[in-house]
Amino acid sequence: MGRFSEINAIMKKELKSYFNSPIAYIVIAVFLVFTGFFFFKDFFYYNQAEMRNLFQLMPLMLCFVIPAVTMKLLSEERQSGSFEILMTLPVSSLDIVLGKFFAGTIFSAVMISPTLMYLATIVFTGSPDFGPVIGGYIGVILLSAAYTSIGLLASSFTRNQIISFISSWAACFSLWLVDKAVIFLPSKSGFISYFGTDYHFQNIAKGIIDSRDIIYFISICALSLMFTVKVIEERR
Amino acid sequence: MISVNGLTRSYGGFKAVNDISFTIRDGEITGLLGPNGAGKTTTLRMLSCYLKADKGSIVVDGINAADDPLKIKQMIGYLPESAPLYGDMLVFDYLMYIAEVRGIPGVRRVSEVADICRIKDVMHKNINELSKGYRQRVGLAHAMIHDPQILILDEPTSGLDPIEIVEIRNLIKELGKKKTVILSTHILSEVEATCDRVIIINRGTIVADDKTELLQSASGGEKKIIVRISGTGFDPLHSALIDIPGVKSIEQLYDPELTAAALTVSGSSEIRPEIFKTISSNNWVMYEMKQDQESLENIFRELTAGGENGKVQ
Repeated sequence: MGRFSEINAIMKKELKSYFNSPIAYIVIAVFLVFTGFFFFKDFFYYNQAEMRNLFQLMPLMLCFVIPAVTMKLLSEERQSGSFEILMTLPVSSLDIVLGKFFAGTIFSAVMISPTLMYLATIVFTGSPDFGPVIGGYIGVILLSAAYTSIGLLASSFTRNQIISFISSWAACFSLWLVDKAVIFLPSKSGFISYFGTDYHFQNIAKGIIDSRDIIYFISICALSLMFTVKVIEERR
Repeated sequence: MISVNGLTRSYGGFKAVNDISFTIRDGEITGLLGPNGAGKTTTLRMLSCYLKADKGSIVVDGINAADDPLKIKQMIGYLPESAPLYGDMLVFDYLMYIAEVRGIPGVRRVSEVADICRIKDVMHKNINELSKGYRQRVGLAHAMIHDPQILILDEPTSGLDPIEIVEIRNLIKELGKKKTVILSTHILSEVEATCDRVIIINRGTIVADDKTELLQSASGGEKKIIVRISGTGFDPLHSALIDIPGVKSIEQLYDPELTAAALTVSGSSEIRPEIFKTISSNNWVMYEMKQDQESLENIFRELTAGGENGKVQ
């Protein structure tokens, strides 16, 4: 089982190295420019005090951004050889994986947090319904955690960060696409949409916090992290 | 005490390490010597619990590495080849991070190891900006931050300049007084300079394992002595020296001014005084007499002959 102090040390180190590198700020800036543009594009036209616009976009947006956050987590260590140092410290593979997973998730949360300014704008100009907003943010955090775990898995396969980015983007994008692709399938296969991230996210973003949706995201995290540990162990 | 038994590891179909067994006593400096691709790094990686062994066991102070790798990792300080440290971190931050992961109260211990490894003046530099010598010393500091009984160093002097090599060797010798050190190298003089004991490994198997001096003198029971004199030609020198007991053959060496000869000597008895007496009694002038330092080199070459087609690591 993972132990707290080791996980904490690894997590802090990863967070520090995120904020010491320009990539982090570039990713944050790109993310905010795009979400800001799409959010305010029609905001005054619709004249509604809600953030649905933003949350509808989020699953697709994060597909592109989170792989950029996670691509280096394990690939870079393999590339530079520092993985050998990490693995010969008295920590288990699970400690390493959890430390990096939490760092990635926290970084994503920090990246998304400036969008609270949009909320401030809404509160300032109207009186929004807080249910969907709170649900939306819980959903975004869960979604980021799920994508981060997928990205971590992708980065455990390869020492090449570009391959890591593209494969985790492909995996996240496919999961986003699943419930949209259902219309091409026979009518009995509607259950397939349950596998999609967007399906579950949109449920939560309506403000309905259903355990099924939460369990879905937690399962994705657990599965991906488990496989990541397996990959690390297999490569020894 | 480290005992390794029947250790085997393959990559795909290639057997990098094949059935290696040895025991290392506490406080020994052991050199793992072999050509590139002999399996040194793989062996050290298994000792440090980075790689799993396919077969065989590693037992350190009664603890089996397969059962409790975390415990072994606490006992060992490991420096991988060419010190792959986190380049974007400051030296101080890096050492603090390692201390934190290892659960050691940081600041004081970090400044202690910085003193021992003499890296005080680079503590606030990026690791990427360091010279190879400093980087290696930071690596050493990282390996000994938890004061382990065992230090495993993979090619600690590769890529350093001559002055740095001497510094690192002295540091290793200093550390070896209190700790068990295992280092790998493909440079013979390094083993001669630092190690109490040498394990020669080639194509994944141990081909020799002995005290460094013993291995040196065991050079097939033969050594070479080179003499340079003036006052006579080669033939009188040959006939004067060939009668000394122990001299097997004498070869003429090229020398534009002096008469030079290489004596092949068998047996372990010291015959250099005898040679000196013979030469001075003939009133010849001796300019040089030396016992060939290459003896370990010869053993190494003999033992590892044909090892070039091994793959790296």
